[in-house]
Formats: sequence, structure tokens, C-alpha cells
Amino acid sequence: MLGVIRQRVTCRGIPTLTLEQGMRVVASRTFSSSAKEITVREALNSALDEEMSADPRVFLMGEEVGEYQGAYKISKGLLEKYGPDRVVDTPITEAGFTGIGVGAAYYGLKPVIEFMTFNFSMQAIDHIINSAAKSNYMSAGQISVPIVFRGPNGAAAGVGAQHSQCYAAWYGSIPGLKVLAPYSSEDARGLLKAAIRDPDPVVFLENELLYGESFPISAETLDSSFSLPIGKAKIEREGKDVTITAFSKMVGYALQAAGILAKEGISAEVINLRSIRPLDRSTINASVRKTNRLVTVEEGFPQHGVGAEICASVLEDSFEYLDAPVERIAGADVPMPYAANLERMAVPQQRGLATDQVHWPQLPKRYKELKLTKINL
Amino acid sequence: MAQLTRRTTDLLKPFSAALSSTRLLTTTSTNPITVETSLPFTGHRIDPPSRTVETTPQELMSFFRDMALMRRMEIAADSLYKAKLIRGFCHLYDGQEAVAVGMEAAITKKDCIITAYRDHCIFIGRGGTLLQCFSELMGRKDGCSKGKGGSMHFYKKENGFYGGHGIVGAQVPLGCGLAFAQKYSKDENVTFAMYGDGAANQGQLFEALNMAALWDLPAILVCENNHYGMGTAEWRAAKSPSYYKRGDYVPGLKVDGMDAFAVKQACKFAKEHALKNGPIILEMDTYRYHGHSMSDPGSTYRTRDEISGVRQERDPVERIRKLVLSHDLATEKELKDIEKEVRKKVDEAIAQAKESPMPDPSELFTNVYVKGYGVEAFGADRKELKAVLP
Repeated sequence: MLGVIRQRVTCRGIPTLTLEQGMRVVASRTFSSSAKEITVREALNSALDEEMSADPRVFLMGEEVGEYQGAYKISKGLLEKYGPDRVVDTPITEAGFTGIGVGAAYYGLKPVIEFMTFNFSMQAIDHIINSAAKSNYMSAGQISVPIVFRGPNGAAAGVGAQHSQCYAAWYGSIPGLKVLAPYSSEDARGLLKAAIRDPDPVVFLENELLYGESFPISAETLDSSFSLPIGKAKIEREGKDVTITAFSKMVGYALQAAGILAKEGISAEVINLRSIRPLDRSTINASVRKTNRLVTVEEGFPQHGVGAEICASVLEDSFEYLDAPVERIAGADVPMPYAANLERMAVPQQRGLATDQVHWPQLPKRYKELKLTKINL
Repeated sequence: MAQLTRRTTDLLKPFSAALSSTRLLTTTSTNPITVETSLPFTGHRIDPPSRTVETTPQELMSFFRDMALMRRMEIAADSLYKAKLIRGFCHLYDGQEAVAVGMEAAITKKDCIITAYRDHCIFIGRGGTLLQCFSELMGRKDGCSKGKGGSMHFYKKENGFYGGHGIVGAQVPLGCGLAFAQKYSKDENVTFAMYGDGAANQGQLFEALNMAALWDLPAILVCENNHYGMGTAEWRAAKSPSYYKRGDYVPGLKVDGMDAFAVKQACKFAKEHALKNGPIILEMDTYRYHGHSMSDPGSTYRTRDEISGVRQERDPVERIRKLVLSHDLATEKELKDIEKEVRKKVDEAIAQAKESPMPDPSELFTNVYVKGYGVEAFGADRKELKAVLP
């Protein structure tokens, strides 16, 4: 049984460098042998570029996407390449330009609407849900909405309460929407391409802190026809003692935690959800049926969160397989504070280089406490 | 201005029972007639068009017929609602028919129209059938949205009608988006985004208008000012109820919305303007006889005298009737026969719609996505009711 007990765990004796190296090794093992690495930013930029090149109906619209080269430089170079008709700088009017984007999608164009962060999508949420998500249903298939809403989601660093919310659970509950959350560069490329090609409205939740991270990438992923299937999770690391589900930045943390657990003799299976809606219930349940234990991880608020839905799904489909109640790790039930120490307490933390504070579940101790049989690795 | 004259004995044909107006010789004529609009147009930052409108006997008769049809349809919907065959919301358009009909006369089906929830007559104007309308209202599978939309969600995309929207004001940015797409695609067509005096105060309207003006989008914002946003009179909701001026830097035109020819002229003018110069606002001064919806008697915030006064002085169907008579295009009896025929058509459509079955239960799960990837969707009882989305 894996659970959160204490907020502080010291990992004396385990050099952090090894863990990170371990994580990298795990990640690169899943790709074909290629030393090339690209950042998530480069992955998103190249995906946008290729899809705009392939389909003249695709256009990008949002604040600072053009001349500023993108608030986070995701759309760098696109204005020069495609011109102001296809890379459209907007005023700071989310409700207006989101509505305009949805209307353009009604007509048959394929807009990519960028929100500088998803916090600002709340200004436009009526259009995302009532004008986009529900239209195909209400019109019995007459009005389809092939639109992508993308931008950074969730907590950044020190940006305070109004700029740190995670919207995965909110959008993930809406029938008619697809909600994707990439982690690695491969995810970013494959899922964004799939989202742009998809005929339905897609909410694409990126993460600001991942933009600069590099990941190894295969030649196949770099091909312009590459895309990943929507609705399929990825098993980032196989294991047999416990399943950890995560999405976006938390996948990296989960992989690191798995590395720590491995030293304690616990083999964790890490699932990168990739798709919040549709949720890959079959992959999650198959994993839980194998490991019999589940920890869900997210950065967002815990109540009615993504983890809550995963818990419910596993209870419904795999109850007899559970050896212990499901555990949820999520952000704290508070608006995001600014002070660095409080902010650290408000979201799950990975082992920092400068600090030995880890807010991870104290997995090994808890495991032993409940006197479970030793697992042979 | 109409003078009621009896038809002279010059008239060749007896009216026949199958009273399609095309049977009457003169009314197939496309000889030009000119009519004057009831009032001059008032412009804001623009020179208004002329009051003199070109039309033909054919068009005049079709105006009468189409508006009579719309009028009858809405009145029939009122009865169906009271008989509980229509549920939920039902927002009726009777009184405002001239806007729908005049607009259609000025544009093509390649131009787009988007409106709010008072959409039944716009749908008919765009080529929707009575059967599709009544079936949708009663939630049957022959409805234009297969019964899944309801009164507020009629669409006819192939004829440029994009709905049918329940959230006040949302249709205006959507309409500007349609215009954006038209310009992007170099289509040389325009979009008419319709909204009411209540929606005219919505922030998203001004956001969209700003962008439409910045980017010279071929968007025409049409404010159907029926003077009441639900139960709130315009003077209580808007500091400036001159809705045609609210665009500030965007030109506007105030139009008598009860005069189908004024509407036609204004829309023709607006289309030419929008294709060259970007957005323009048209304020249609119109009136609804019914309350906001069937739940609203419509008499708590306005007097019955006001309602009957408008009906007497400004009714759009009556205006056309007088024009038809004054131009000797038909006798009063012939017009009455057209109305009877229209009533019959409406009754037949209702009878047919009543026969239409409700959607199959499997339709609960269709059209959630265009591409469902075989994902599971659940009903209220997850074990009992679930489906795979194709």
C-alpha cells in the first residue's frame, strides 16, 4: 500500500545525479537508437509548421503569436513563413477571438487558438464548451468544429493564484471535447499533429516548465507524417508492484519516484496518460489488474480531479484486483500561494538538487508498515 | 400610402384552387416595380441608401406568401407548445418576419446567416422545410437536428445557416468568425450576424467588432431591436439605445424592420459595403407580438395597447398586403386564399411531424464526436447503458 504520509523524506545516500541519469536511460530505452534530442518547444513548433504546411486551412490565432514570435516562442518563425493571414495576432480579447476561431471552424477552416495560459481560457470557456464542444451533437452532425485550443496549463513558477490553475479536470468532463496533455517531445509532436488533424474540438494542455526540456527523439517521430493516437496512454516504465498514473510534468516526477522506489525494491509501473479525454481506461485497468495497487498523480486541485475519475474507473472495473485503496496525489486544496516555501507545499514536488525536501509519498516506509509480502525483483 | 382598389375586370384569370402565386400571370412577372420604404434610413458615419427600392411582382407576392407562412408557423407553434407537444424553450418570431424575408431577398445562400434562439423563421428563409421545423420542435427524428437540438438549435449549413444559438451574444463572435473564414477563403460572400437589443450590450460583441474592423472582415452585424431584452425595455438596459451607433468607428444604418423592402435595401447596401470596407451595423427597428418566450405572457412589461398599436400601424404582412393590392397584383380574396393555403400547408406539416417518431435510443450517443476512436460513453446507469463511439 503506497500512500502519502509525511511531507519530508530525506534520501541520504542516494546521489541525485544517478536518479536523473536513470530516468534518462529509461526514457531513451523506449526509442530506436538515435542520439538526437529536441526540446518540447521545438517539437511543438515543428508540429505546427508541418501541419500548416500540409493543410492550407490550418491557421494560428492568439496573443503575440505573430510578431512577438509567441509568448513562449512556440510559434517562432511561423509568421515569416506563412504570413499574417495565417498567423494572426489578436487583441487581448479571449472571448472575442475564441468565438471568431470557433466560427471559422464552423465554416470549415482548421484554427489553432492559442491561450497565453489556460487561465485566460476561462474568459472564453463559453465558446469552448457551448459553441465548440456541443455543436456537433446539437446539430446532429451538421456543424463539426475542427479546432484546437492550446497553451500552457497548470502551475509555473511563482506566478501566483490566478496564473497557476490546472484545467484538465474541467475540460476533461465535457462530452464533445478531446483533451490531451503531452509530456515529452515525442508526445508534443505526435499529439499536436493528431489534434490539428482531428475533426473535433481538442483542448491541448501544454506545460510552460516543460517547454525548455529536451527529450530524445527518433527518426520516425521527426517524420512529417508522424502522429500519436488520441485516447491511448503510454506505459513509460513497466513495473509490477504499483501503478502510477500521471500526465504532463508529473510524468517526469513519477518516473523519478519510480527510480527511487526501485532502490527500495519496489517496481512501479508509470503510465503517461497523454489523453485526459478520452481516458484510456483499458490501459489503466489492465495495469492495475497486474500490479493491484494504484497511485494517481496530478498537479491540479484534488476535488473532482483527474485522479478522482481514475479512482472511480478502477473501482468500477477492477475492484477485486485492488489490494489496497487507491491513493491520490494532487495539488493542495488552496489557491496557489506566491511564497516559495508555500508554493512548494502546494504542488507535488520532485527531489530538488538544492534541497532534500521531497513531498513524495513515503512509499517504502508505508509499504513496509502494512506488512505486505516482500516482492522479489 | 397604399390605396385599396378593386381589381378591374381586365383581369384574365379566375383564381384557381391550387393557389400557388406562380399560377397568377401577373405575379410571375419580373417587370420592375419601385416602392418607397416607409421611412428614410438613418446613417451613422455613412451615407444611407435611397428609399426607393426595386422589386418585381414575383418578389412582392413571394414576400407576402413567405411572411404569411412564417406568421402561421409561429402561431401554430404557440398552440403546439400549449398542447405540451413542444417542450422547454420556444421563442417566437411573429412580428419580425420582414427582417428574415427582406434579408433573404438581398443575399444568396452562399452568404452566411447566424442568429440566436429566435431562429425558426430564419431557418425557413434559408430553405428549411416546415416538416423539419415542426419535427425538431417536437423532438422527432425528422427534425433538422434529428430532434437533438430543439427550438434553439436549428441549422442548415449547406444553405449558409449556422444556427440557432442559446447563449445570448455568443453568435456575434461566431458570425465574425464565419466572415473571417469567408475572407480567408476569398469567397466574396458576407456573413449576417443577428442579435437582439438585449445582446447588444454584450462585451464579446465589441471584442468581435473590434477585430472585424481591424481585419476588414465582411461581417454585417444586424441588431433586431424589438425593444425588449426579455422583460427589460431598451431604455432600462442600454445607456445608448441607438444600437446602430454603438459601433463607434464602425458605420451603421437604422432601418424600419417592419418594412421588408427597407430591410432588403439595407442588406443589399450592407453586403456591398462589407465586401469592400469591412463591418457595418444594421439596426432593424422591429417588434415581437409574443413575449420573450412561451413562458412569458409579454404583457407585464408592455401594454396591450402598445402591442395592438404596432399590429395595426406597422404589421409587416399587412404592409405587403396593401402593396400587393395597390399594385393590382392580386385581389383581397386571392390573398386570403394564399393565407388559407399556407395554413393548410402548416397543418399538414404538423400532422406529418406528429407522425414522425422520436429518435432511436441509440441516438443518445451519436454525434458526440465526428471521430470517436471507439471510446466508451456511459449513460446514467453505467452498467446498463453504454455505447462505443465510432
